[in-house]
Amino acid sequence: MTEPAAWRPALSRSALLRHDPVRGADLLIVPERIVVLNEEAAAIVGLCDGRRTVAEIVAEVVAEFPEGVEADVVDFLDRVRAEGWLR
Amino acid sequence: MNPPWAMLAELTHACPLRCPYCSNPTELAARSGELSTGEWQRIIEEAAALGVVHAHLSGGEPLLRRDLARIVATADREGVYTQLVTSGVGLTGRRLAELAEAGLRSVQLSVQSAAERESDEIAGVRSFARKERAAAVVTAAGLPLGLNVVLHRANLDAVGEIIELGLAWGAERIELANTQFYGWGLLNRAALLPTREQLARAEAVVRKYREKSEIELIWVIPDYFDGVPKPCMGGWGAISITVAPDGRVLPCPAAYDLPLPLPNARDRSLGWIWEHSPAFNAYRGTAWMSGPCAGCPRRELDFGGCRCQAYAITGDAGRTDPACALSPDHHLIAELAGGGTWTYRRPAPSTGKTPG
Repeated sequence: MTEPAAWRPALSRSALLRHDPVRGADLLIVPERIVVLNEEAAAIVGLCDGRRTVAEIVAEVVAEFPEGVEADVVDFLDRVRAEGWLR
Repeated sequence: MNPPWAMLAELTHACPLRCPYCSNPTELAARSGELSTGEWQRIIEEAAALGVVHAHLSGGEPLLRRDLARIVATADREGVYTQLVTSGVGLTGRRLAELAEAGLRSVQLSVQSAAERESDEIAGVRSFARKERAAAVVTAAGLPLGLNVVLHRANLDAVGEIIELGLAWGAERIELANTQFYGWGLLNRAALLPTREQLARAEAVVRKYREKSEIELIWVIPDYFDGVPKPCMGGWGAISITVAPDGRVLPCPAAYDLPLPLPNARDRSLGWIWEHSPAFNAYRGTAWMSGPCAGCPRRELDFGGCRCQAYAITGDAGRTDPACALSPDHHLIAELAGGGTWTYRRPAPSTGKTPG
């Protein structure tokens, strides 16, 4: 597993992030599941482009969502990676 | 009414395998009657507009459609996530590269058992070695690989070896699907039906692997034995839409034999079919239910079980699924005993040229 400081999260090849205009929702689609993301979760996953570090993602999220907490963002990224949807 | 999330596209009923558990209808759609490339592309566009975001490209063997990459490309352009459901026969590196280039996201590969001889015996044709090569092709391309194994009397005792096979082949997930008795599977029910002891042993093995391994194991319940019906399709006309090779549209891939007028995507838009067709409205919600479902606290959880199973066993698709211990027909399932030989599936009679 990559050192947390060096990790630049990116969507795994099996995951697709897209907006669904029919339902007005942001979706993360994986082989056997469709996950409906809330606005903040969608913003975090949207920043996982393989270029930004975790610290950079946290900084952007906290700027956009003032109620966002650094530890929660890091925890969320870890959980999504544990599911295999981020690499 | 909520829009559908997923579509099962049965691109063809033709298949090089002859598995006796196949849930395709015993009256397979003929190749000469299959939808054209353009018809599939239009159906996918309609599905996307309706709200479908996930498509299983299945069959039969979808690789028998030479236009598969064009169908995948249309889905990808429409934002629909595609998963190929395949026997692996015909999945060469070149074919997979073409599909991945078109936007294919994931591959689910069927395996019949853990060892070559047993697997080929169930498939009715030599295919195991080709499946092994197909798995290697998928992982080499970096696409997520899932295995799909239908479990029954002849392979439940090998479930540990099957999981080891999945680990060795680099699968991320294994769907261990206890046989659902529809189509050819219903025809072969006695020969496929496991014993309660076999099921208990297999479940213990699955539990052990869940504790010690990272691989995702999906255990599809053997509803004949659990006394609890499955929440079939997540409700009738609620989540998923199935399109047959010849354009018939079904609320469930097992619904071919129900006494319902099946709408056809050649005649009607998918949107009309989902919202207005009598077939999709027949068992939607809970208003159609009678006792014991009507007053049951689980009616919003399991939706009365499976309509196709109720029809196959009782002759009335509106009755409680006999898999439910509360069903007055439950004895029809509980008293069944397994054994005997199976009948391999045979192709539909061939006439004329084939599309794709």
